[in-house]
Amino acid sequence: MAALEAVEAVQDGDTVLVGGFGMAGMPVELIDALIEHGASNLTIVSNNAGNGDTGLAALLAAGRVRKVICSFPRQSDSWVFDGLYRAGKIDLELVPQGNLAERMRAAGAGIGAFYSPTAVGTPLASGKEVRVIDGREYLLEYPIRGDVALIKAHKSDRMGNLVYRKTARNFGPVMATAAAVTIAQVSSIVDSLDPEAVVTPAIYVNRLVVA
Amino acid sequence: MSLTREEMAEIVARDIPDGSYVNLGIGQPTMVASYLRPGSGVVLHTENGMLNMGPVATGDDIDPDLTNAGKQPVTELPGASYFHHADSFAMMRGGHLDVCIMGAFQVSAKGDLANWSTGAPDAIPAVGGAMDLAIGAKQVFVMMSLFAKDGKPKLVPACTYPLTGKACVSRVYTDVATFAVTPDGVRVVETFGTTAEELAARLDVSLI
Repeated sequence: MAALEAVEAVQDGDTVLVGGFGMAGMPVELIDALIEHGASNLTIVSNNAGNGDTGLAALLAAGRVRKVICSFPRQSDSWVFDGLYRAGKIDLELVPQGNLAERMRAAGAGIGAFYSPTAVGTPLASGKEVRVIDGREYLLEYPIRGDVALIKAHKSDRMGNLVYRKTARNFGPVMATAAAVTIAQVSSIVDSLDPEAVVTPAIYVNRLVVA
Repeated sequence: MSLTREEMAEIVARDIPDGSYVNLGIGQPTMVASYLRPGSGVVLHTENGMLNMGPVATGDDIDPDLTNAGKQPVTELPGASYFHHADSFAMMRGGHLDVCIMGAFQVSAKGDLANWSTGAPDAIPAVGGAMDLAIGAKQVFVMMSLFAKDGKPKLVPACTYPLTGKACVSRVYTDVATFAVTPDGVRVVETFGTTAEELAARLDVSLI
């Protein structure tokens, strides 16, 4: 499927999960298609808030993003986000990286909420319910669901089963489970994959784009 | 003489038990990898989904799909494995990592850690995996200079910077001394170019 056709699933105001840790695993071609598609007022969930001027940074620069939910927006090359944030043009929900992953995992697994020990006693615990379980403090954390997930995998088969490459796997398998529509960018679609090696089963993948 | 950063890294490496699963934080802690004894069996974890991470990649070994938590290209060692982010952080939170080594702005006498934000009003906050690591690893080792550039101690009775985690630090490796944070208080393990008495005079934390 063409990238532009695939991302037509994204509507104004949607929450979009975007894979990648820095540029590793970032579905740049899908993001470029999303910019061309023109959906706006988006909430983006991703580990970072864009690097340099391409990919997620270009989507932010195009003014399409209302809010970013991420763990690490500030980097040496995050000038696009930095400028928007300082100008008050973008909202930020800062989430510890493990809670970010687990909140999406919970969404994909049908978990209503969960208690996490991460961030207890810190400013990021503000407003969260604290529960003591077996003498240890935990915070109540709710799932993060996506309307659409944009992820990058290495290869798929015709069913949509996915395998990844090295640390470019990162958030891909979790995000694939957590969105109503998952679009995977792959380098190739092969006739068959070893079923034992499949990381994301095809049930989680709705659209494939070769890029 | 106080220690150089390289000497600090060497001392931290010496204290990591053979066979440990270890996460090295971004910055100074990554230097520890160079001083691990060959054959120690120490396995390095990187939060972005890998065990048995190898040294930084150079030349033809650079692969944009293989990076560390600082997004530098790295290599894989025999026996490496890859996994997704929820699994990677379950390894921390679930208590499977033996040691995590991080930098710090401040550590309190009770082992509270502050290393993610100075709390400056115009700063853009970013936390990454620091809070998950702080409460997840069985032992948290901090590497830092004992005094800030303005001379203020960074080992303090209570942190004034926003916390990363409560009561999570077990050892503090500095340029002038190594400290153990114990239920009875902060113990001086070793000093470098100074004495425990001199340090006691410069710190607001009582030492045992």
